[in-house]
Amino acid sequence: MAEKRVKSRMLHSYLHDPSAIVGSVILFVFILAAILAPWIAPQNPYDLEKLSLDNFLTPPIWMEDGEAPYLLGTDDQGRGILSTIIYGCRTSLIVGFGVVLIAGTFGIIMGLLAGYYGGWLDAVMMRLADTFFSFSTTLMAFLMLGIFGPRGVFIVIIAICIADWVRYARTMRGSVLEVKEEAYIMAAKATGAGDLRLLLRHLLPNAIPPIFVVVAVDLAVVIMLEATLSFLGVGVPINEPSLGMMIAIGRNYIYAGMWWMIVFPGAALVFLVVGINLFADWLREELNPKIERRA
Amino acid sequence: MAVSLICFFIFRYMGDPVMTMAGRYATFQEREEVRRSLGLDKPVHVQYARFLWNAAHGNFGKSYVSRISALGLILERFPATFELATTALCMAFCIGVGLGVVVALKPYAARNRLIMAGSLGGISIPTFLTGILLIMVFAVYLGILPPFGRGETVQVGFWRTGFLTLDGIMHLILPAFTLAMYQLAVLLRLTRAGMREVLTEEYIKTAWAKGLPPRKVIFKHALRNVMIPVVTITGLQFGELIAYAIVTETIFQWPGMGNLLLTSMYESDRPVVVTYVMLTALIIVTLNIIVDILYAFINPKIRYG
Repeated sequence: MAEKRVKSRMLHSYLHDPSAIVGSVILFVFILAAILAPWIAPQNPYDLEKLSLDNFLTPPIWMEDGEAPYLLGTDDQGRGILSTIIYGCRTSLIVGFGVVLIAGTFGIIMGLLAGYYGGWLDAVMMRLADTFFSFSTTLMAFLMLGIFGPRGVFIVIIAICIADWVRYARTMRGSVLEVKEEAYIMAAKATGAGDLRLLLRHLLPNAIPPIFVVVAVDLAVVIMLEATLSFLGVGVPINEPSLGMMIAIGRNYIYAGMWWMIVFPGAALVFLVVGINLFADWLREELNPKIERRA
Repeated sequence: MAVSLICFFIFRYMGDPVMTMAGRYATFQEREEVRRSLGLDKPVHVQYARFLWNAAHGNFGKSYVSRISALGLILERFPATFELATTALCMAFCIGVGLGVVVALKPYAARNRLIMAGSLGGISIPTFLTGILLIMVFAVYLGILPPFGRGETVQVGFWRTGFLTLDGIMHLILPAFTLAMYQLAVLLRLTRAGMREVLTEEYIKTAWAKGLPPRKVIFKHALRNVMIPVVTITGLQFGELIAYAIVTETIFQWPGMGNLLLTSMYESDRPVVVTYVMLTALIIVTLNIIVDILYAFINPKIRYG
């Protein structure tokens, strides 16, 4: 009953918050485009057979010299900008969701254990978290990739996960520490529930709401991070699509006035991140304990 | 306060990330050296111990590429990064907090809604994109600001500064703004949220009721309490600032430490990378201590307690 009421209240506030709707619609469109990339992109920019260098550096179609399949122009290899953006968003979203999933799962488990058992595990984890935090996720991921080298999307995900999981662990630990003191946990203990049951059935579901906000915010952060790393040349390798890489290539032609190679991928990236941030803003307000108490 | 400082020190150094990282690098370094001259295949822990010993004595080895002391190489670049980062930080702090206060006072005015939308853009545009767009607009199309380099610099003792020439300052504007952008937006949002919360408190109403001038109510009573989380967050973000400095320096070809790091990474110049990491850790620790002290100054409980 109570569960249902919370859900319908959330739905209500969602439907009355235009920025939340806009944000989630943007995100949804991007996800859809990423999944359907092979069918909606005018060409496959990484199929070498279909690339033709004759079409390199074509401006967008509405400008003079614009050519038919390349709606937003082409880059220096003759890849259509629009197609590359669609495939690049695919990479962004794979990295984004991959990191959130892997780092999130690991962080939640670590946070649960550290918060529940305390002791040396907690001490070690918090110290680790503090050092990771003062070094910043960006710098850590950058150094990790410096060690691994640009070897593929999966390596990028792993490197960002190593730098990023502490964010989840920290939030989870704090939340567990709060929930642990509740009466129902003590009641469960009194009925003889084992550690595992206590952790999974009682602590996990009650301590997890704050994590949702972290997930939403982190998704935006990770997508920007992937673009930044790829821009610097330590992210995804050169033969895979990435928005950051596109902008890095476009940068070489900045003085030639070929703005389309930077502006379009940049706009795609910003749209995606703004969409996620709008949604995250709404989620944060919604799950804020202060507001919940009032309701 | 002194105790907290000491605890902080011990805490930091015990959990020093740098040692582990240096260890990781040392194994690679070992591999390199084994490949180069077959005599140096000592076990990893010996290498690591030797590295620690040398590092503790300020000897970080020589750059593989340029054969100059790695520490010297980095210190030579330090002033450029320092000037860039401090300018950016001041910019972010002054503009961010200032605008945050303005927006919080009249949250629903059209102009202020525009500022908030801008701040959402600020946290949604990655630093490298900000930099490139700024170059495009101000350097390529308008041609009023230089797109790269540090311009004319003046040597003052060991410090090479760009503050003293007009050219140097012109070169500083774009990169500093690029670096400041993200932090500016974060601080703006934080200040606004804090101010809106504080302005509804009883003691603010009391201050207004006493007939204090608005300036005094806003800055002395309200802002001061908002500053505590703002300064804390600024402190927590130093790492990010340094990371983004790498990005900014790359885009503007700013001759600083971050730029050097990236080149060294491409060239697998490990001593330079390791030294950079060690030095960065040292800088972050120092800055965190400064924030701790600052925090105590702002927090009246510590000050009057």
